Amino acid sequence: MMAVRVGVDIGGTFTDVALESDGRLISTKVLTDYAAPQRAVVEATEKVATEAGVAPGDIAVVIHGTTLATNALIERRGAKTAFITTEGYRDVIEMRTENRFEQYDLYITLPKPLVARRHRYTVGERIDAGGNVLRPIDVDEVDALATKIANMGYESVAIGFIHAYANGAHERRVRDALRARLPDLSISISSEVAPQMREFERFNTVVANAYVKPLMARYLHNLVDELRGIGVACPVYVIHSGGGIITIDTAAEFPVRLVESGPAGGAIFAADIAARYDLDRVLSFDMGGTTAKICLIENQAPQTAKTFEVARTYRFKKGSGMPIAIPVIEMVEIGAGGGSIASVDSLRQIRVGPESAGSEPGPASYQRGGDKPAVTDADLVLGRIDPENFAGGSIPLSQPLAETAVSRDVGRPLDMDPLASAYGISEVVDENMANAARVHAVENGKEIGAFTMIAFGGAAPIHAARLAEKLGIRRYLVPPGAGVGSAIGFLRAPFGYEAVQSRFLALADYEADLVNDILDGLERSAAAIVEEGTGGRGEVQRQKTAYMRYRGQGWEIPVDLAGPRFGPDDAATLKSGFEEAYTRLFGRPIDGLDIEIVSWSVRVSSIVPPPVPVAMRTSGTLAEPSGKRRLFDPAKGAFTSADVYDRFDLAPGHSVEGPSVIVERETATIVPAGCRTVVQSDGCLLVERETDGS
Amino acid sequence: MTDHSISDIHNQVMWNRLISVVEEQARTLVRTAFSTSVREAGDLSAGIFDTEGRMLAQAVTGTPGHVNAMAEAVGHFIADIGLENIFEGDVYITNDPWKGTGHLHDITVVTPSFVAGRLVGYFASTAHVVDIGGRGFGPDAEEVYEEGLFIPIMKFIERGVVNRDLVNIVRHNVRAPDQVVGDIYALAACNETGHNRLADMMSEFGLSDIAGLASFILENSARATAQRIAELPRGRFENVVTIDGYDEPITLAVALEISEDRIHADFSGTSPASRWGINVPLIYTKAYTCFGLKCAIAPDIPNNAASLAPFLVDAPPGCILNAEHPAPVSVRHVTGHFLPDLMLGALAHFLPDRIPAESAGALWNLHISVRRADGRRDGRRHEVLMFNSGGSGARPESDGMSATAFPSGVHTMPIEATEQTGPIVIWRKELRPDSGGAGAQRGGLGQVIEIAPAAGYEFSFSAMFDRTGHPASGRAGGGSGGAGGVRLDDGTRLRPKGWQFVPAGRRLILELPGGGGFGDPRDRPRDIVDADLADGYISEERAASEYHAAGG
Repeated sequence: MMAVRVGVDIGGTFTDVALESDGRLISTKVLTDYAAPQRAVVEATEKVATEAGVAPGDIAVVIHGTTLATNALIERRGAKTAFITTEGYRDVIEMRTENRFEQYDLYITLPKPLVARRHRYTVGERIDAGGNVLRPIDVDEVDALATKIANMGYESVAIGFIHAYANGAHERRVRDALRARLPDLSISISSEVAPQMREFERFNTVVANAYVKPLMARYLHNLVDELRGIGVACPVYVIHSGGGIITIDTAAEFPVRLVESGPAGGAIFAADIAARYDLDRVLSFDMGGTTAKICLIENQAPQTAKTFEVARTYRFKKGSGMPIAIPVIEMVEIGAGGGSIASVDSLRQIRVGPESAGSEPGPASYQRGGDKPAVTDADLVLGRIDPENFAGGSIPLSQPLAETAVSRDVGRPLDMDPLASAYGISEVVDENMANAARVHAVENGKEIGAFTMIAFGGAAPIHAARLAEKLGIRRYLVPPGAGVGSAIGFLRAPFGYEAVQSRFLALADYEADLVNDILDGLERSAAAIVEEGTGGRGEVQRQKTAYMRYRGQGWEIPVDLAGPRFGPDDAATLKSGFEEAYTRLFGRPIDGLDIEIVSWSVRVSSIVPPPVPVAMRTSGTLAEPSGKRRLFDPAKGAFTSADVYDRFDLAPGHSVEGPSVIVERETATIVPAGCRTVVQSDGCLLVERETDGS
Repeated sequence: MTDHSISDIHNQVMWNRLISVVEEQARTLVRTAFSTSVREAGDLSAGIFDTEGRMLAQAVTGTPGHVNAMAEAVGHFIADIGLENIFEGDVYITNDPWKGTGHLHDITVVTPSFVAGRLVGYFASTAHVVDIGGRGFGPDAEEVYEEGLFIPIMKFIERGVVNRDLVNIVRHNVRAPDQVVGDIYALAACNETGHNRLADMMSEFGLSDIAGLASFILENSARATAQRIAELPRGRFENVVTIDGYDEPITLAVALEISEDRIHADFSGTSPASRWGINVPLIYTKAYTCFGLKCAIAPDIPNNAASLAPFLVDAPPGCILNAEHPAPVSVRHVTGHFLPDLMLGALAHFLPDRIPAESAGALWNLHISVRRADGRRDGRRHEVLMFNSGGSGARPESDGMSATAFPSGVHTMPIEATEQTGPIVIWRKELRPDSGGAGAQRGGLGQVIEIAPAAGYEFSFSAMFDRTGHPASGRAGGGSGGAGGVRLDDGTRLRPKGWQFVPAGRRLILELPGGGGFGDPRDRPRDIVDADLADGYISEERAASEYHAAGG
């Protein structure tokens, strides 16, 4: 018997649990418990274990991802935290990038720093850009500061000094002095948490880590205890934002790494499907109740970055949140989901989102007191959702309430009937997502039309067809279990950790020993963390990256480093690797400019057994519909009669021609006219636009 | 559902699409450009135009200065090139300060967009390049001839063939030829990106031209803008702002006339052009005038020919806001950045509860040239560029933003990155207590920056600072923001403009101005004054003298 594995994803609304045993997958969704999140986990775990006929003691591993760290940052529910920094730099986390994230709004407010000025302390010290000590640290001053910290009763302290990514000695000195005085104090230092150049990003990251550390440590240990309480005695691991698994202890030390771990699970879920079908260019499209997330997955690995922004405060606008400098699966997130609210602006244009009706009060059709028209209401009016069977019948939807809301807020101002208004809402939300995806692709130098889309999350299969059309994408897959994609993704993740460090090196000053030293150091620290999880068993793989640029440019591009060691002549290898990467992104290299390396990273991960390959079938035998219903056909501008299929009744090899609707418990896949769906052997639906014009 | 509804919905979607297309165009440029100010400061723009040269959409970038400078530029291109000479595969270029965006450093590239052999519109983009020859970027020229290479409107590419002579001339007239020529190609490439997206959209929606879409966009924008203007009280409102200038103070004066369907700004009474390169071509004056007015009146209406049309601008020829060729104009932003405050001040007469106090205005940009103190050359000149912001003005219902620029949308650069570019040490870059103007809403704080040459080095720097003698005024009883200051750590006072020297072992200290306060400081609630004290935004003395909150 194969080991029983459980994936647990705590999201803003739902806590999802997926249990895998002997190739069977059992999943459930329960409401997130804000007061004691671990209780919902325990409840859901018991539920799936019972359903699977598995004793809690038989569970071999639990892999956990959570938005709790993110929520604590958004809601400012962290610890009483102090920040200690270099004299002259007290306000870095408050001054931010010194610009307004919205050009035309005279009234924007900048996000408040996590630690107010009065709790930010400075120490006389200075490291220079090369990592040398410019001004030694004053031991007496550090002692006096320790007294102040002790007297103020801080729960957690962050330390961030200028250029500490190049030399963390002063940060460690202050940490040791504090630890000697206050052994129970939670301390985070920037040279360990995020040793990357750029002080605002690094300081904010170490402050965020300190801010959520006590809370997350308590939560993680409670979780383990309560799972023990019901007999789940196996190891519990945590997934981080970069998509690897780490131990509870590492997670408690670097909780900022857990930010965005849920969405990372979704990307791994999509990457696993990409691997099954051997697809090298995939766009994952995850659309839930509040937001849509889009991630590029190439060669079956989600795209990664070394910084991102969380807790955006202004319409998901870039620059309105806080930067976090840690390795992350990179995705674009916009306020477009089933709950996104539609309105008409002063230009008489339909606007959708980012405001969301959420689950309370929910879209108008939920009959829970919400009266604003949401995307789900529009979908209902267009016949895409069955009012009787939404969310497995647990939420009965009201078609009249949906029509009333759509008419009142969109139809009346624009002089349109409910159907046209609903179509308008749907077009606008699809266009918003398509625009976000296109801009994301262009920023990454990709032509998105050649990609295959993988659509999951409650609202994605409803909107995938039109989104694909807008992006010029010809085919997409709708996997089974799409409603709990992240939790399933956790089960496919390797033990893994990525260590990143900034260390300037002009190629002209290349020295093989120096490069090998940097990479060896990073590999050692990443490998140590991975070994805590694997116990040193099994093979690991390493991926080394240099972040390079032409001298004078403001950002770096990742360049894969192959080969185990660098030799004396490898400056040329680095140069050609950079020029290739640069050409891929921007079309051409530039002659005659100096090249420099800013940061380095090494990712170490265990090797996950490859998924069983699935041969994609593009034709099949027509399935028997279970019924008919009215579905809006945009091409005709009117309702048409669509076949309805129950996804549960479809078997591999079945095909379905559009216009039709394939319903399942948590969502519905819309197959428009001119598209064909074929059920794959793993249960995925392949939706393809027919090219023969038939 | 009617056909009319469907086409209306499709037009809405396509309008969104065009806004996204120009955004893609701009992002492509940001990623490929070499120029620091494009990348860090968003000093670029990108837009799409119909066949008549009317702007339909423009990317929102860091530089309001391009707002309708670009809108007008394409009309000049069509006129100067001549419709009969516009062919598929052409790309046009200029850096004419009077037909482009106000100084030679901005290169504008325009590409006609042909779909199925038919001209359907134009894409234009502008970028601030790293160098354009001449004296380099600074106010010290006395005529535009000294400021660098002037490229009149001409063809960069004709029917797919690059004008090699032009490339050769550019290469031999600028200090960083690879980067500048690279940026010209990047401009052409980003227009191409825009064109491809437009062609995709037209095929998706089955269009053979965009005339119908253009009318939809322009009619909706015109109606919405007219409605906003109609809601304003009619009348004539004046305002005057005085700033440091180069060697003598400059008066910027405006009379704003609001009529039923338009707003007219007349800059009569403004100081004459300066001897130095802080003069502003009219096209750039229009840009910042419109930006200031639009922020307050119609911030949510996207920029296009129709939404900009009701804003009319006149400035007497030869005044500093309508400088004529061959006046030097290199750092025209130092003056132009004060226009939004000038406009807001005029609007405040009749929109008292909507208009913020004055801001620090122009960025405190710094160009530092570092060399060895022993006179030996170490093989490399170190040129370091910094963008820094003072405080913005308090708003009627919230404090001003500290160390955050208005009107520019520029990002600062991390000092850890700046110190990698040359041998300097930035010892301090933090908020400047007591620099925010007192008020019921406090002005944003300026900042203090201390910069020293690294051991063994000395440096010169080009100052382009303002509001040292003329701080940002408060509004509705609020106090002025702190004035700026430029000095060495030994107390030596320096000038706010021009090249100056910092010897080895000394530190340059910049005190950036704060924003003005809004409302009577005595109306500021005591607990908020106490919080400001606890956070060190204000001193005990200031709390007592301005807020009458002694003790603390």
